[in-house]
Amino acid sequence: MVPPATFTSYYGRPVLKASPWKDDIPAYLFLGGLAAGSSLLGAGADLTHRPRLRQSSRVAALAAISASMAALVHDLGKPSRFVNMLRVAKPSSPMSMGTWLLTAYGPMVGLAGVAELAPGRLGRLLAPLARPAGLVAALTAPAVASYTAVLLADTATPAWHEAYRELPFVFVGSAAAAAGGLGMLASPVAESGPAQRLAIGGALLELGMERRMERSMGLAAEALHEGKPGRLWRTAERLTALGAVTALGARRSRVLGVLSGAALLTGSACTRFAIFEAGQESARDPRYTVVPQRERVDARQG
Amino acid sequence: MTTNPALDAGWVDPPPRQGFFTDTSICIGCKACEVACKQWNDVPDDGMQLLGSSYDNTGALSGSTWRHVAFIEQPVPAVSLGMPKIGLPGQQSGAERTDFRWLMSSDVCKHCTHAACLDVCPTGSLFRTEFGTVVVQEDICNGCGYCVPACPFGVIDKRVGEGVKNEGIAQKCTLCYDRLHDGLTPACAQACPTQSIQFGDLDELRERAAARVEALHDSGVPSARLYGESPDDGVGGLGAFFLLLDEPEVYGLPPDPVVTTRELPQMWKKAGLAAATLLAGAIAVFAGGT
Repeated sequence: MVPPATFTSYYGRPVLKASPWKDDIPAYLFLGGLAAGSSLLGAGADLTHRPRLRQSSRVAALAAISASMAALVHDLGKPSRFVNMLRVAKPSSPMSMGTWLLTAYGPMVGLAGVAELAPGRLGRLLAPLARPAGLVAALTAPAVASYTAVLLADTATPAWHEAYRELPFVFVGSAAAAAGGLGMLASPVAESGPAQRLAIGGALLELGMERRMERSMGLAAEALHEGKPGRLWRTAERLTALGAVTALGARRSRVLGVLSGAALLTGSACTRFAIFEAGQESARDPRYTVVPQRERVDARQG
Repeated sequence: MTTNPALDAGWVDPPPRQGFFTDTSICIGCKACEVACKQWNDVPDDGMQLLGSSYDNTGALSGSTWRHVAFIEQPVPAVSLGMPKIGLPGQQSGAERTDFRWLMSSDVCKHCTHAACLDVCPTGSLFRTEFGTVVVQEDICNGCGYCVPACPFGVIDKRVGEGVKNEGIAQKCTLCYDRLHDGLTPACAQACPTQSIQFGDLDELRERAAARVEALHDSGVPSARLYGESPDDGVGGLGAFFLLLDEPEVYGLPPDPVVTTRELPQMWKKAGLAAATLLAGAIAVFAGGT
């Protein structure tokens, strides 16, 4: 890449405001993806009679989406006003759409998950509801995994906005890799075939789309390669690649399956934190705002 | 003449769109606007720091700063008056004597025609008023913070400070929504002693601004230019626009702001494709044997 031209700023101060979001949000990006992928695995395992994979996936989805909701509410300036999200449904606000998506998805995940965990009479009562609930959860899950990319991209934050073309694919890939990884970790070799294939497919999609994204982002891609986000980004890439390779042996060796699962889960979390932090950094540094905009203006003026 | 965002927002027979024209060429940096704004809107103190940036110790717009006067001390070539040269005390021999100019500009929320903060607000707290301005309803905002990274000008922010009024809630200039209802001029424009901040019907302000730029060009200030007056820019024009004497980025303004939701339809399309890919992939991994 051509080194950026010198640019002017007001005492080097940011033009934009970085989001006020804390670690809750990248944690949610990871956990929401994990929940979505696990719901898909859980429903598939249910329909194809893989009871151990079904059980672990449904419980994982429940745990991940519960932690997600806690993180989302915790991040609000006025957590007690969380319900104000339900005043309106605005297609122009990905957060509004996401809230409604989670409102549909969460209770279904809850039903399917609690049915696996509840003992005795409650368990028997919920058992017939588990399959339909799990299927509805699985049908909404892909949107849960991909809308968070729009959530980030629909901002003025350069490293998020400029990534909008590929980010949804990176996020669904990352979600599939994480959920597949957890499936290999938590279910016996006899049932982990689909988890293994989901993990490998997800990791390949993520890694491939990330390379494309880096090329299409322009200057903003530099935010993914420098400093703390850069370290997270490289770690994510290595762990995801390692996890995908190790997963190839997961059907022969339980140890390889566990190693692969751990690498993919950590890799997926690193991906989300890297992209989140890169965005924050790209908003704080006026270079990412001024240089591309100045180039556009100069190009128009000829 | 131009699109009225109040009409687009569903107001029936709204009043003319109101706005600010900030003519920075006559700003004297008195900060009366900052003080008047704080006073009228009961905006809390957000600390006093010496920032080392000329007379600007305010720093930037924030949840507790709704007007911000920028100060730039800019070296310019000295104008030769043809006088005999007399050395300055302490002047280095051979050093070029330079003059400098002040640039001062009172920044504020732009009340965009296409306002990203309003678009992304998930609670409906941010709304379009009948005057075409953009206002936060502080009793509805839950502090999600989405408007903050959405703003292409870095204006709106969550208010910080232990125990202050509306802590954790997104806050910004309201163009004195309460005063407008009573036919009053917003506090900053009312307090401005040089009429650098002019308030009124946006269409009329645009005409006034065009005439002012022409006058400045005629009187030998070719660097005068308008910022945000055009409805054709990336945010559909600003409700609060400016006359600047240098490039926007010199004042900390983005040179070519674009409302992020312009690409939202493509974003949803990509997200839909990605979701379909994930669903298809999940079906495939179960169709593929053991």
